[in-house]
Amino acid sequence: MFVIKCPYCGERDQTEFSCHGESHIARPENPNEVGDVEWGKYLFFRSNPKGMHYERWTHDHGCRRWFNVQRHTVTDKIMQTYKMGQPKPKGIND
Amino acid sequence: MINRNRLFSGGLIDRNILIKFKFNGKPLQGYQGDTLASALLANDIHLVGRSFKYHRPRGILTSGSEEPNALVQLGKGAETEPNARATEIELYDGLEASSQNCWPSVNHDIGALNNLFSRILPAGFYYKTFMWPPSMWMFYEYFIRRAAGLGEAPKEKNPSRYEQKFFYCDVTVVGAGVNGLTAALTAARAGASVLLVDEKPELGGYLLNAKSRINNLDTKKWIKDTVKELMALENVTVLNRTAATGYYDYNYVTALQKITNHLPNSLSKQPRERFWRIRSKEVILAQGAFERPLVFSGNDRPGIMMASSAQTYVNQYGVLPGNAVTLFTNNDHAYSVAVDLISKGAKVIIVDIRSNISEKIRKLCEQNKIETYISHAVIKTDGSKKISSITVQELSEDKQSFVGEAVTIGTDLLLMSGGWNPAVQLFSQSRGKLKYDDQISSFIPDVLVDNQAVIGSNNGDFNLKQSLMSSYEAGLGAAHRTGNKQEVENFINDANEPIEFITAEVVPYVLGSKPVTHGSKHFIDFQNDVTAADIFLAQREGYVSVEHTKRYTTTGMATDQGKTSNVNALALMSHIQQKPVGDVGHTTFRPPYVPQTFGAIAGRNVDQYFDPQRLTAIHEWHIDNGAVFEDVGQWKRPYFYPKKVETMTEAVNRECIAARASVGILDASTLGKIDIQGPDAAKFLNLIYTNAWSKLEIGACRYGLMCNEHGMVFDDGVTTRLGENHYHMTTTTGGAARVMSWLEEFLQTEWLDMKVYCTSVTEQWTVLSICGPNSRKLLASLTEDDISNEELPYMRMKEAKVCGVDARIFRISFTGELSFEINVSARYGRYVWDKVIEAGKKFNITPYGTETMHVLRAEKGFIIVGQDTDGSATPSDLNMDWIVSKKKEDFLGKRSFLRPDTAKNGRKQLVGLLINDKKTVVPEGSHIVEEVSKQPPMKMEGHITSSYFSPTLGHPIAMAMLKNGKARNGDLVKIPLMNGKVVEATVTENVFYDKAGARQND
Ligand SMILES: [Zn+2]
Repeated sequence: MFVIKCPYCGERDQTEFSCHGESHIARPENPNEVGDVEWGKYLFFRSNPKGMHYERWTHDHGCRRWFNVQRHTVTDKIMQTYKMGQPKPKGIND
Repeated sequence: MINRNRLFSGGLIDRNILIKFKFNGKPLQGYQGDTLASALLANDIHLVGRSFKYHRPRGILTSGSEEPNALVQLGKGAETEPNARATEIELYDGLEASSQNCWPSVNHDIGALNNLFSRILPAGFYYKTFMWPPSMWMFYEYFIRRAAGLGEAPKEKNPSRYEQKFFYCDVTVVGAGVNGLTAALTAARAGASVLLVDEKPELGGYLLNAKSRINNLDTKKWIKDTVKELMALENVTVLNRTAATGYYDYNYVTALQKITNHLPNSLSKQPRERFWRIRSKEVILAQGAFERPLVFSGNDRPGIMMASSAQTYVNQYGVLPGNAVTLFTNNDHAYSVAVDLISKGAKVIIVDIRSNISEKIRKLCEQNKIETYISHAVIKTDGSKKISSITVQELSEDKQSFVGEAVTIGTDLLLMSGGWNPAVQLFSQSRGKLKYDDQISSFIPDVLVDNQAVIGSNNGDFNLKQSLMSSYEAGLGAAHRTGNKQEVENFINDANEPIEFITAEVVPYVLGSKPVTHGSKHFIDFQNDVTAADIFLAQREGYVSVEHTKRYTTTGMATDQGKTSNVNALALMSHIQQKPVGDVGHTTFRPPYVPQTFGAIAGRNVDQYFDPQRLTAIHEWHIDNGAVFEDVGQWKRPYFYPKKVETMTEAVNRECIAARASVGILDASTLGKIDIQGPDAAKFLNLIYTNAWSKLEIGACRYGLMCNEHGMVFDDGVTTRLGENHYHMTTTTGGAARVMSWLEEFLQTEWLDMKVYCTSVTEQWTVLSICGPNSRKLLASLTEDDISNEELPYMRMKEAKVCGVDARIFRISFTGELSFEINVSARYGRYVWDKVIEAGKKFNITPYGTETMHVLRAEKGFIIVGQDTDGSATPSDLNMDWIVSKKKEDFLGKRSFLRPDTAKNGRKQLVGLLINDKKTVVPEGSHIVEEVSKQPPMKMEGHITSSYFSPTLGHPIAMAMLKNGKARNGDLVKIPLMNGKVVEATVTENVFYDKAGARQND
């Protein structure tokens, strides 16, 4: 069970949070102008890396805010957490 | 002396407190401080149980939590505990225990016939034999289950109370042996908050029983002083009888504390066990090591024991388990055990498998008059219920053949010492990496995880002085890293053990009188009856990966998780595969470290506390009026209100007719309600819902459908504009939390610049839904405000006072009747409800539950998301194209309507069905098939989503998802039922009643 640092509340147990998959997948600006392949990528395709992963979490039993987590999928080490809207950090071991 | 094998003095037991207990019904006595195992040995009882597969007689192998053999059924009735280790059960007055896995008794066990047939019961036997034919498996299984199995689970509900505790500290030390004590005291003196846990009642670990010295003190005295100081420190929490069971990410450790298990009165007010969830900044593992059995023929008889355990029974419990003792060893350390036993009057012979012993050991034997057989092996043991003799023979230099004659020696206690295996289970759970150490021939910690230390023999460090120094360093380091920087002087000046464990000469298996693969019983895993022959067989049959060998032979898979067996299995695999043990690898260690009760894991989250119950303000009234409840998520909702002799069908029919004839009332408080405010609220709703919201007037209500990005319907409800930038959204009862998260997700992650605020207000409002032709008359009698059709038409909301209480009245309808949903503050909910019921009497007001609501809405063809939809239906599939805006540029799900799969022909679409026989109510979930054949499979073209008897219409109605349904009005479809009957139905539109909507609009 992780300890996760909510950018708004600080360190809390993982039981207070839930994970919502890969982050930095923007909804296409104008969906109507997007072809089926690209739309399909937005809907279904995720990177699933062995290594650094950027993912969305919510502090459900806390401030209910969404934020980003940079986590190593092999060690489960959380490198950092950062607020929504902030750019994807340049990973050290990306 | 009351016990035959009890020494007159010595040990930590209290000879003044006599304890009476029963084993297999026989009354026995022991002393305060005994375990069940030590008390049985004191009474010269060695035969404790029967083994799992061959039902061989088994005794007590160890003195700790690693015990594989001496498992007993503890206690009776609801509190009985199966597979309890006799070595871990503290004796208390009135204790009752019995042997397991034997019938009719441990002395005469019918299953022992398996032993005679063991040649045909090798590893994988069950898989090979009982897999064919498949239809016979049920038959075989019946006998296997009866023959196998260990203890019996209690059949009644567990009456004990269990608790949980969350705990946070700087440093957790697992294991209170001398190294754990040193680390804990150092960290504590440096100012850290320290938690020290140990599974035993007595702190001190193995050296409580050895003749070692620390700082020129007898170890026992040093332990006593150190524990005393620790107990007195305010920043230290010491938990005995507490086994760390799991070690997870980020130094999260779980531990099981036994609180009343050792007390006679189980009705104590204390909880039975407490489950600790510990999060500490640093973890220090000091769990020690397990002595390793030797793999020789017949190494499992009662009266065969680990050498160090015999030492514990002698020194801690004052029990000498045998008098004519043979000690079989491959290392120096075991010689100290011999010395201890001799000092208590035993005669000890040592069989040492090594070709040479050191001068120091030779002298020790001379001094103590120990007869030694060097370069010899125990090749055979005899004795039916207890060992009576052993056979030894000299080995060649390479240990591969015999030299000289076999000698048989009378023995009533055979001790074995195969070296020591560090207890690396928890370390490995924490994702620490192990490496094989050639000197001690076992696995030791190699790569640590963050903020962790492993000390003492747990780390493969068997030199007492050095390990104590390292423990001091570890304690200091942990304290410093957690910001506790007080100076602590090194308080370990000197320490020594009479004979240290340095190295062992490991032999993968000892030659026996028969070849190891042919009928000999070289046990590796005692509890699961896995022999060396089984490991050979697994390698021969290709199960060479360590994970495969484990599963094929079941070695290491019993309740002891292979604490005594794993390394021996790996050493043998390494021998067979001709590669180093380190390359064979090891299986993954998983929690729990020791068996752990489900009760403790559940804690107080049982019965009504298992899951929260959500109750409306009207709940008591529903109970008083005989409601039958249904669970909708966590909500308790009235299902129907049967009158005295009514069946459910009768009650629902009555409720339906009453609602259509006069007035019905429904507690709709559970409906999800979200308050939405902000200048961008309208823009936001336009993106969330499929229809247009920009032009909705203040005070107007609108039905909306929500889709996910795949274009599939996922919730619906009515949203009302309360003000310029203020909306009141309703959702399905079950979908409220999901919708709230959905809204927040897009506001927080996608449209960050939108100014919209969402607040869940579900619990804040009590919703009374009254419907029926007399509902306006009823409401008019309770309010002075104008609620006429002109002032409050269909799909409008009005703020008014109802029974003097501020209310929002919504003219919306889920039943097709004239209907008002009266929302009042939940704290006035019951008050208003009572007033409405009172005033409604003259209209025969009838409360109705969710079933009637479902029937009424089905008569009107209204869908229920989650019942008529399953996450794969678009609005178009539901015949709801009318609610999808053609004008809007974008909304969630829109783009996916154009995906080839979503837009294709032949999708299932919602239809109504009229059952041709006008009487069968088809079960929901029934399939519609293209062609009926005698038996499945039949080609399916749809399924029934809703099906009821309509009291209003006098015949059954149904809705279904049917392939190409929209184009099939008037078609005949066939629905085969489970009972073989085939029901025919006619496709129709899905509105069955008041198609024009005159009743609700009136
Ligand atoms: Zn937070």
